[in-house]
Amino acid sequence: MIVRILGEGQLRVDDSASADLNSLDTVLEKAVNAGDEASFRTALNALLDRVRALGTPLAADALEPSDLILPRADAGLDEVRTMMTDEGYIPG
Amino acid sequence: MSVMRRVSMIFKAKANKALDRMEDPRETLDYSYQRQLEMLTQVRRGVADVATSRKRVELQMNSLRQNQNKLEGQAKQALGAGREDLAREALSRKAALQSQLTDLQNQYHSLQADEEKLTVASQRLQAKVEAFRMQKETIKATYTAAEAQSRIGEAVSGISEEMGDVGMAVQRAQDKTAQMQARAGAIDELMASGALDDITGPPRDDIQAELDSVRAGGSIELELQRLKGELGAGSTPAIEGGANSSDGARPAAADRPQAGDGS
Repeated sequence: MIVRILGEGQLRVDDSASADLNSLDTVLEKAVNAGDEASFRTALNALLDRVRALGTPLAADALEPSDLILPRADAGLDEVRTMMTDEGYIPG
Repeated sequence: MSVMRRVSMIFKAKANKALDRMEDPRETLDYSYQRQLEMLTQVRRGVADVATSRKRVELQMNSLRQNQNKLEGQAKQALGAGREDLAREALSRKAALQSQLTDLQNQYHSLQADEEKLTVASQRLQAKVEAFRMQKETIKATYTAAEAQSRIGEAVSGISEEMGDVGMAVQRAQDKTAQMQARAGAIDELMASGALDDITGPPRDDIQAELDSVRAGGSIELELQRLKGELGAGSTPAIEGGANSSDGARPAAADRPQAGDGS
C-alpha cells in the first residue's frame, strides 16, 4: 500500500504492516480525542517513524494516489482535529 | 474514526469532486493541468516569500550583533577610563539584546527549514506535473472518452493529493511568514521611532556621550596640569624678564638676549 506523510511525500509499505500501523493509529486517535498534547505528539511520532522505517519512498514523478494519508510531523493537535473535521482546510 | 482514514477520505473527496466536474473526462485532464501549473507558481512564490522573510531576519540579526559589539567596545573603553559603572550598564544592555537575538535566531532556523521543505516540495510537484502532462497527452491521443475515464481517475487523484499536500505546506509557510514579517516590522518600527534607541541606537547613545565626556574630562585635566606646571615654573622670570620674554623658563638664558638687544 502507499502511505503519504503530509509534507514529506509518499512511501510504499508492505500490506503486512497494516495491523501494526492500525494499532499505532488507534493510540493516536485516542490522544486526539482526549486532547492530550504530550501523548498526541508521542503517538504521532511513533506512527510516522514506523512508516518511515518500513516504507520505501516513491519516485518523485509517481502519480499514484495514497491508500493512507498521515498528518505532518510538526502538525499541532488542533490542526489534526481541524483536518479531520473541516474539508475546507485542504486546498485543491 | 481512525486519523489515517479520516484524513485520507477528505483528500479523496477533493479528488473526486475534481473528477465529477467535467462532462468529458478528458477535459478534466486539461483543467487539472491548469490547476497544477497555478499551484507550481504558488509554491515558487511561497519559496520566494520565505526566502525574503529569512533575509530580513538575517539583516536584523546582523544589526543586533553590531549593536552588541559596539556595547562591548564601550564597556572596554569605560573600564579603561576607570568607569566600572558605565561598563556594567553597557554590558547589561548587551545582555538585553541577546534575548531578542536568540528569538530572531530561532525564527531564522525555522524559516530556513520551511524554505528547504518547500523547495523539495516544489521539485516533487514539478516532477509530477511533468509526468502528468505526458500521461495526459497519451490518454487524449489514445483513448475514447469512455476509456479515458478509468485511466484518468488514478492520475488525477494522485496529483490532486499532491496538490492538496503542497497547498497546505504553502499556506502554512505563508501564515508563518506573515506573522514573522509582522514581528520584524514591529522591531523595525521600534528602531525607527527611537523607542529602542536607549538600548541600541547611536543618536541618543548616553553611554557614548558619558565616555566622550570622560575622555574629554581626562584631556582637560591633562591640559590643566600642563598649564599649572608652566605657570608654576615660569612665574619669577616672567615678572623679571619683561613682556617680550617668551622663553622665560630659564632665567639665566633670558638675560642674555636682553643684553644682546641692548648693545
